[in-house]
Amino acid sequence: MDFSHTEERQMLADMVGRFVRDEYDIETRHANARSDDGFSRAHWSQLAELGLIGALFPESCGGFGGTGFDISVVFEQLGGGLVVEPFLANLLAGTALAASGTHSDVLDEVMAGNCLLAYAHGEPASRYSLSQVETVAQKSGSGYRLNGNKAVVISGDTANKLVVSARTAGGNDATDGISLFLVPADADGIHIRSYPTIDGYRAAEIALKDVEVPADSLIGVEGQAIALIEQVNAAGTLAVSAEALGAIDVGIEMTLDYLKTRKQFGVPIGKFQALQHRMADMMTEREQIRSALINAAGNLQSDQRDWHMSALKNLIGRAGRSIAEECIQMHGGIAMTFEYAVGHYAKRVVMIDHMFGDEDHHLQRIIKLGAIAATAAATA
Amino acid sequence: MDLNYTHEEQAFQLEVRQFLAEKLPPEISGKVKSKKRLTKQDSETWHAILNAAGYLNAHWLVEFGGRGWNAIQRDIFDVEANAAGAPRVVPFGLNMLAPVLMAFGSQEQQSYHLPRILDGTNWWCQGYSEPGAGSDLASLKMSAVRDGDEYVLNGQKTWTTLGQHANWIFCLVRTSREGKPQQGISFMLVDMDTPGVEVRPIILLEGTHEVNEVWFTDVRVPAENLVGEENKGWTYAKYLLVHERSGIAGVGDALASIEHLKQIAREQKKDGKPLAEDALFAARLAEIEIDLAAMRTTNMRIMQAASDGAPPGPEVSMLKIKGTVLRQSINDLTRRALGPYAMPFVSEALDIGYNEEPIGPDYANPVAADYFNHRKTSIYGGSNEIQRNIISKLMMGL
Ligand SMILES: Cc1cc2nc3c(=O)[nH]c(=O)nc-3n(C[C@H](O)[C@H](O)[C@H](O)COP(=O)(O)OP(=O)(O)OC[C@H]3O[C@@H](n4cnc5c(N)ncnc54)[C@H](O)[C@@H]3O)c2cc1C
Repeated sequence: MDFSHTEERQMLADMVGRFVRDEYDIETRHANARSDDGFSRAHWSQLAELGLIGALFPESCGGFGGTGFDISVVFEQLGGGLVVEPFLANLLAGTALAASGTHSDVLDEVMAGNCLLAYAHGEPASRYSLSQVETVAQKSGSGYRLNGNKAVVISGDTANKLVVSARTAGGNDATDGISLFLVPADADGIHIRSYPTIDGYRAAEIALKDVEVPADSLIGVEGQAIALIEQVNAAGTLAVSAEALGAIDVGIEMTLDYLKTRKQFGVPIGKFQALQHRMADMMTEREQIRSALINAAGNLQSDQRDWHMSALKNLIGRAGRSIAEECIQMHGGIAMTFEYAVGHYAKRVVMIDHMFGDEDHHLQRIIKLGAIAATAAATA
Repeated sequence: MDLNYTHEEQAFQLEVRQFLAEKLPPEISGKVKSKKRLTKQDSETWHAILNAAGYLNAHWLVEFGGRGWNAIQRDIFDVEANAAGAPRVVPFGLNMLAPVLMAFGSQEQQSYHLPRILDGTNWWCQGYSEPGAGSDLASLKMSAVRDGDEYVLNGQKTWTTLGQHANWIFCLVRTSREGKPQQGISFMLVDMDTPGVEVRPIILLEGTHEVNEVWFTDVRVPAENLVGEENKGWTYAKYLLVHERSGIAGVGDALASIEHLKQIAREQKKDGKPLAEDALFAARLAEIEIDLAAMRTTNMRIMQAASDGAPPGPEVSMLKIKGTVLRQSINDLTRRALGPYAMPFVSEALDIGYNEEPIGPDYANPVAADYFNHRKTSIYGGSNEIQRNIISKLMMGL
């Protein structure tokens, strides 16, 4: 075993870290978030030129990364800056394209920073289920006609093209019969309602009404998209968890600094053992999260993928949330203000619990996977 | 021991229910139940309705026009009012300053200020904390220097809740630098229209304007606005804090929030079934209900002991900790109950007059904001760490 990153990957991490440190302070971040697009196109292009998008996809697709560790180092650094540019959305939709081996021309444009994608899979009633798809794609001429509603589509308001899941066969919750389509965001019949999320990002509700798409808009094989969807979900889980760790790092750093400088009762508040011990626990839990992230990144392509992703995401929801709350609590009133940055880091960490399944969802998945493994062992 | 309500208590409960049914304006309870923002006017309207019915100060001593409600009556009113969607009464004048004036104020202060608290002429805010004096309140610096018949105030208060609506502020000020820091503090009443008082907003992490900085530059305050004796303010300040904490368990609010959460859990679906039927979710909810049922009785026991003559003791610190953590855990579970729809947040949708379709279920928008906003409850009113220190010192002798 070797727990150090390759030189290239370390350089990648350092590069993103430098960008965040030098050009992306919290005021810049808020300004980007508040702008019409909800992010800065200039920063997006700049990061694309630095190769940051290419790092998320494998060489076979024209990228130069795409492993679990590439994704995790990039997103950990992005989390440290609460970067609002649409990396997550493009990772998700791009992963679907990359894994299907179709639409490589579009993926090239994405990596060049010329095309924005969003991944429109979740629906108003689907919660965290991957197979609950009510949107339908009916055959129409040589193509398809899409009807349905997509919920909380991250960066769905600024994308040029959408990766949309729809049912070509099967009942509402069947894993078979789901297909993915690449659809221009301005196609007739698409209505996009944009809104901010509480942690400063953008998302959209997307309604599809009789949207006609040609046959070649299909991504991968008709009715067989569930494997792609699971892969996208794993990459997304890994990415947001890494992002949470990056945000946790900053939160802990700020809190530690505050414990050393804020004085009450004539001493730095860090002298109080009641706070010291909790800080010590937070540092320990952070290392646990880092280890779970390493486990998950290393298993992104293995048959243990789902177990490790769920372990990681459960820990983010459980320990990460507790760290976020403690960062606020140990600061006192100052952390409750919009002006002081630590609250924004806390908000991001807690809201990540609502993406790709929360603490409980993943706890239940771990239990289920354990039961499946036990049955398999018993019947082997 | 008898856990049943007496006939009088039953009758009282009916009386309260009837009052709420008749007098609580539906547009106000509607806002409370849908967690819309209340305006200053809403608070004033409800304040006036309670006052007209004699409920506003029913917990005050009879000699000051109250009804001397005991802990059971207070619990009944708290639970019924919350269940009906009544807004929280702004506590600064009514529940914080008033007890101090009754115990330590001059006759003139009592007869001038108490009626104005009741009729709503004066909206009070609390000027305790300063940037450098939070948990260590006694280290406060804002100065008051005697000059003839006046005091001249200079310094800054912060975190002043709803100071933007207030026209009076009670302040802890430093009148002496000799001896222990506690010994040089005085309790002062300040008309905020006095020249030199400036209120600046502080925006909280979910974007609301709830607290303020209040700056004082050569503010001249008549000497008769000193409460009690000069340099004895610390005693009054602590007396007030005990009163501040006495309603802090928030039983009625917690019960109403749980009902709201259960409603959400019945409507939200997980894998096609109501979330309420999900084993993990149900277990989390059940634990909260266990804690809450016990806390309701703990609250009444502690407050009963107090209302039987003894002032509420350090036990209120237990209520502060348990009450805030419990309500935070309800906010936490409500956030989770929403799944991905916890993320969207349209601030304008919290105001009346917003007519667009909600994003996701109509109850979703305020939930995450509430969760983050309520992190404040374990910080203010004496942080939960400070409450544990109080328990350690005063109850454990450590
Ligand atoms: C939303 C909000 C509304 C408020 N409203 C008002 C108001 O209307 N009027 C008013 O006067 N004040 C108000 N406050 C201020 C509040 O009372 C203070 O925030 C609180 O007393 C804590 O002080 P601080 O924020 O300076 O934190 P600090 O005192 O700096 O504390 C920082 C951290 O250190 C911990 N700590 C400090 N001392 C010890 C110790 N001895 N042992 C262990 N841990 C310790 C604290 O618990 C906290 O976790 C409000 C605060 C908020 C957030």
